[in-house]
Amino acid sequence: MALSALYPFFTSLSEQTCGDTMTDAPTSQTAASSAAEARISDAAHTGPMLAADGTPLKKSLNRALRLQKMRALALIAPLLIFVLVTFIAPIADMLFRSVENEIVSETLPKTTSMLAEWDAQGTDIPDEAVFEALYDDMFFAQEAKLHTRLGSRLNYELTGVSSLFRKSGRRVEDMGEVFQDQFEDLDDFWKTGENWNSFMASDDWLAQMDGWKKADGAQPRFEMRDGIAQTLPATAAAYARFADFIQYEDGDNLYKEDPWAIMYSALHKDLTGENDLASYTGPATEQLTAAAAEAAGFETVNYTEAFKDIDDDWHNLEVWQTIKVYSPTLTNGYFLNAIDMQKSVDGVEMRPENQQIYGILFWRTMVMSIAITASCIILGYPVAWILANLPTRQANLLLILVLLPFWTSLLVRTSAWKVMLQQQGVINDTLVWLGLVATDDRLALINNQTGTIIAMTHILLPFMILPLYSVMQTIQPSYLRAAKSLGATNWTAFWRVYFPQSIPGIGAGSILVFILAIGYYITPEIVGGTSGTFISNRIAYHISSSLNWGLGAALGAILLAAVLLLYYAYDKIVGIDNVKLG
Amino acid sequence: MVALTPISRTEPSFYVSVTAAFGAFFGIFIGTGQGSLIAGVLGGAILMAVLALVLTKVIKNETVSRWAITVLIALGGLALAGIPGLLIGIFFGWFFGFLIFWLYEGRYRAKIPPYLTPMQVLWHFAFRTICGAIFVFLITPILVVMPLSFNAQDFFTFTPEMLRFDPAGYSLKHYEDFFTNDAWQDAMKNSLQIAPVATLLSVAFGTLAAIGLSQPHVPFRRAIMAVLISPMIVPLIISAAGMYFFYSRVGLQGTYIGVVLAHAALGIPFVIITVTATLVGFDNSLTRAAANMGANPVTTFFRVQMPLILPGVISGGLFAFITSFDEVVVVLFVGSAGQKTLPWQMFIGLREQISPTILAVATILVIISICLLTVVELLRRRSERLRGMSPA
Repeated sequence: MALSALYPFFTSLSEQTCGDTMTDAPTSQTAASSAAEARISDAAHTGPMLAADGTPLKKSLNRALRLQKMRALALIAPLLIFVLVTFIAPIADMLFRSVENEIVSETLPKTTSMLAEWDAQGTDIPDEAVFEALYDDMFFAQEAKLHTRLGSRLNYELTGVSSLFRKSGRRVEDMGEVFQDQFEDLDDFWKTGENWNSFMASDDWLAQMDGWKKADGAQPRFEMRDGIAQTLPATAAAYARFADFIQYEDGDNLYKEDPWAIMYSALHKDLTGENDLASYTGPATEQLTAAAAEAAGFETVNYTEAFKDIDDDWHNLEVWQTIKVYSPTLTNGYFLNAIDMQKSVDGVEMRPENQQIYGILFWRTMVMSIAITASCIILGYPVAWILANLPTRQANLLLILVLLPFWTSLLVRTSAWKVMLQQQGVINDTLVWLGLVATDDRLALINNQTGTIIAMTHILLPFMILPLYSVMQTIQPSYLRAAKSLGATNWTAFWRVYFPQSIPGIGAGSILVFILAIGYYITPEIVGGTSGTFISNRIAYHISSSLNWGLGAALGAILLAAVLLLYYAYDKIVGIDNVKLG
Repeated sequence: MVALTPISRTEPSFYVSVTAAFGAFFGIFIGTGQGSLIAGVLGGAILMAVLALVLTKVIKNETVSRWAITVLIALGGLALAGIPGLLIGIFFGWFFGFLIFWLYEGRYRAKIPPYLTPMQVLWHFAFRTICGAIFVFLITPILVVMPLSFNAQDFFTFTPEMLRFDPAGYSLKHYEDFFTNDAWQDAMKNSLQIAPVATLLSVAFGTLAAIGLSQPHVPFRRAIMAVLISPMIVPLIISAAGMYFFYSRVGLQGTYIGVVLAHAALGIPFVIITVTATLVGFDNSLTRAAANMGANPVTTFFRVQMPLILPGVISGGLFAFITSFDEVVVVLFVGSAGQKTLPWQMFIGLREQISPTILAVATILVIISICLLTVVELLRRRSERLRGMSPA
């Protein structure tokens, strides 16, 4: 696989001295410049030392240094910007998604602000005002088809909300029709969009819309008539949202669009509540006054009951608690989910025992990565030893056997393991042929943890062998001989003399293998079945199948934190700076 | 390696019993294969002990003895298990012939220090056997895939025909499928359209930045390095998820450009690492000399610096190419059906077990890898030679 570029990387361990070449440069330069300083001071003796152009030498040197720095940065800048845009920004975006929760307050703006005052710990469901706000929000949400998205979002927290929202979206439209029918029965004036526009819209806009056709290009933006917002506040607010939606979401001709049912309930509210209709002098004064006189006698809707009619769940305390708990625009809910906890009105608590899956999954990822790292050490150590102790020519030949799998496509190696480990695969067939295993008793080597560990040990083994090899090359064989000549047994000589010197290699190799192992996706996906998968597979599942992106992002953020911690450790032990110098 | 220890013939009690032990060990497999473990162990031990004695005490001539034992065991294998048995028999015959005389003549001691105790000698060879087994572990998966790709059946395992070396058991039909199937050909075409462009981007930006990073004074070098290397360290699934979200926001998800940009980002660390490694040995006085003789920075770069660091740039490019060519996780998320690459197609095939065409593709990819490995190795040597030539 391509990660074999790390090969130069490993050799860095043995060639750390190369770093000196880099640091040599400035030293020799300083030496040269101080010699120059000395010469200048010999000549001048007094005053600050001057460069050839008459500026003080110190200043001139500083300027040169600054220029050098700028040039270096200018060379790096294109790539840095490229990586920041194509790689770092996406990661930052993912991290943001793990806490982002705007959908609740965006879809139900009124409801969530009303719910702020509701006592979630109590035993009462919210009052009529909240239900009325919910009707408002739901009406617009279902017109924009946003209610199902919100439903699936809240369904992650409370099962059943998704169907509740879908069902309510279909029927919330009917609620306002009670008012619509009564207004329309009262006067045909209320039936058409033209009539509504005649008093809701400004004269300017009406003039522009006169005779406007789609072919004329962009529709003039809707303008509210001056003063109407004071006269009919609820209606004006609803109409503004309606106009915006029709003009910019649907792209229809607003002038001809008949208003939604919600406009009638809003109008009813304005006409029966406080208003200064008496001082209103605009168009349709007559109709408005007439309607105002009748409105008080209209049949009204009890939203609390109407929602209960749609579904009893609207009177379920848990639904409201969930909406309230998840109304802030930022949430730690996904992260809590990712560590098997949940938010409730009483604060944060552990999920019920039978819903705790991520703790187990993180633990399994850890344990299996440690098992893979350990088997890489066990298999890699002898190989690195023999490579380091054979004559160069033979060692180079054997090194090809290590590098070849390293260079081979990851999918090729994974498919090879799939072929070999299957029930009817090469290994089982051989074992059966040799009679070591009965035909109906074949070993289960794939689609479980064994499969993942075997395949990943093979795939990651070169990452252990190469750093170990480069460290072992630097260990003098004479130390071992000296220990033996002083009377150490083979084992003592190895354990007390050789092994301690090879620990840096083990450290570098282990961190590298571990970093790569905990983030692996492809191999566990193909050979891991259900019991041998890692946290990465779960992340992929949430992003491509369950579409719970927030949770996937939160799991990813935790994994990323673990990897970055190890990356930092690797940097400390091996040094990212040395990496490039290898 | 020259002989370290004078050697002499060993006692029959030694070489006969060791040969018998080997015979017993391999007898286990033949015994279980034929139904009786005990018979296999005892038979193997006795047969090998007798053979060892006969060869060394009766025939005595080494060449004749070894041919004899090879033919004998090969015929035994043929009788037991047909053609595969014959091949295995030839191998075992050769091995035991070698083993008997290696032990009998004491050659096994020749290349190891004379002061080792017998237990240490035993450990010496046991250790090499263990290492050999690990090398086999490393290489077997690749070696198994190659013959299986010529399978005439749609199986992922060796058929009896293949084991009998019956030509009817082999065919090129999976290769034919690869070269005629539209899905595979489209995947191949996509891979070949994406990888070179991604490589070009990584190499162009990466080389420039590597030169910048190798200057003596670079502010925040450590932090910049950490950022530039990070695409290699961050788990692919996280990069893929992030790119999926972000590229969908800006409308690049599911486009050719999106995939190319993503792959270029993933390839950059490899270019940076290889090119900076090459630049370490670069003698900066060469550029100063060029400037001194009146070359402008661009000429200096193309006429002096570039030829010297070219091997590093090319191997960095090859790494970037193979990264893109091999990459599957990111393309699964960032790409759409129109950008289905070869690894993606293989991944689908593996998950759904469609056809062994995957094995044919795998073999082709292994051959490509071998070519690339050779090129990179040659370039590395050339680079070292060039660096050795320039005054340090």
